[in-house]
Amino acid sequence: MIYDQTREMLAALFPAVTGDDDQGEAEAAKDGARSNGLIERDYRVHGYHLDAQVDPDQLLEAVGLLDRLEYFLEAITGVDWIADNQLEVVYDFSRYDKTPCRVVIRTRLDRQNPQVPTITGIFAGANWHERETHDFFGISFIGHPHLIPLLLPEDADFHPLLKDFKA
Amino acid sequence: MNSPILLQPDETFILNVGPQHPATHGVLRVKMELSGEYIVEAETVIGYIHRMHEKMGELKTYPQFLMNLSRMDYLGALGYSHGHVLLIEKACAIEVPERAEYLRVIMVELNRIASHLFWFGAFVMDLGGFTPLMYALQDREHILDMLEAVTGSRLTYCYFRFGGLYNDVDDDFVKAARRFIPRMRTSLDKYRRLVTENVIFRSRLEGNAPISKEMCRKYGASSAVARGSGIDFDVRRNEPYSVYPEFDFDIPVFPEGDSLARYRVRMEEIEQSLRIVEQALDKLPGGPIMPDKKPKLIKPPAGDYYQAVETARGSFGIRLVSDGSKNPYRLKLRSPTYSNMHLFDEACRGMLIMDALAFMGSLDLVIPEIDR
Repeated sequence: MIYDQTREMLAALFPAVTGDDDQGEAEAAKDGARSNGLIERDYRVHGYHLDAQVDPDQLLEAVGLLDRLEYFLEAITGVDWIADNQLEVVYDFSRYDKTPCRVVIRTRLDRQNPQVPTITGIFAGANWHERETHDFFGISFIGHPHLIPLLLPEDADFHPLLKDFKA
Repeated sequence: MNSPILLQPDETFILNVGPQHPATHGVLRVKMELSGEYIVEAETVIGYIHRMHEKMGELKTYPQFLMNLSRMDYLGALGYSHGHVLLIEKACAIEVPERAEYLRVIMVELNRIASHLFWFGAFVMDLGGFTPLMYALQDREHILDMLEAVTGSRLTYCYFRFGGLYNDVDDDFVKAARRFIPRMRTSLDKYRRLVTENVIFRSRLEGNAPISKEMCRKYGASSAVARGSGIDFDVRRNEPYSVYPEFDFDIPVFPEGDSLARYRVRMEEIEQSLRIVEQALDKLPGGPIMPDKKPKLIKPPAGDYYQAVETARGSFGIRLVSDGSKNPYRLKLRSPTYSNMHLFDEACRGMLIMDALAFMGSLDLVIPEIDR
């Protein structure tokens, strides 16, 4: 029920491109950087149901939609796709009710100038997660109220989870 | 000159709680802006014992990372290891023998009881009652002895392997576990009479720091924080994993949202964990504890994997991005206390500082687990 509802609402973000599981995964395997769109994943293998890659401009819309559907924010993190010269921000969402539906929202950013709007206006709990992602990857969350190092020392000017980081 | 500092009526001052303060149970600092004894604004500062487990995850191979998981939460370490092995087994399609999975559940639940006992003692000590800590540690000692005999360590267990376990249990363990269950039930009754029904204790916590469902959702709270606010959410029930569907147990939920509700959830959970251990011991199947067929080298196929488990502190998530090599491309650890603690800043506004510290105790913080 909620799965179908979420899928339809997320799919509406991508008028043209939606792929089913096989197609999407084959595409992802073939070429690291997949195009934006919604993929349905096999929960038993991957541990989540829906995987939407959005444009940074669509992020607030997608997250706002999950907020209206009463999802909670599980975590935010980044992945450094250095071969594609891109950084990815990954948002994990889940639900409190008995029909599990895990949704992953991801967005790809330019590695040289990684900027993405903050979602702290929608989920107050994103605050620390975004600060942590800024610590580790140097991603700027535009509009974040307090983007200073959280886990790293207060004068840290390095981003240890970048693949080209040398200690 | 030693003249007293006079504050203007609308003037506030900053008080640093921590990073070395007994009430924070570790190296945690809260920068509180106070007006008299009331908190105007609080900012939690974490990261004092950040060790960058996620980078270690990328540098180590999968089996090498097994031990890191138990160094996050030193009170309930096995739950975290459980999430890790389940994730890799799911990604690599490794079959786990039934006996191993039952034993994992027994160990995780015993560890959960030990963790809750320590929290119980420390929490009551925060509120000014010292004796219950001694009782709780005595009960916990029995669990640690049992776990030590089987796993070889008392806190930082490295007991689970991909596909099974490092060591099988013997008859002594089963006997000790069976002896422990009635003993713990007697103790729970003692705690109920000594602490839970204590008038001073109750009036201290009733109505303390009520947290709404909505706030839980915005911050992603789990464990007793969510269940004390009327949210019926437990990963063991919501997204069943391992052999949990085999057991009959309840998820305690209290709607009040205050510190007493969080306290009662955890105390009730001890009983539920005992029920699970009891049933698991009854049903414990024979057979091997490691699978016959297991890949020599752990190399999950390229892709994203996520596994959530219910640890003593809440919903622990582990997200793996694999590129098909022997090291993870990215390993994200979603720690439950991180989200639970995050709501402290918002929830404690306008509270008395002493109430805020009682509230902090009710969150069940383990700092290495927040800082990772």
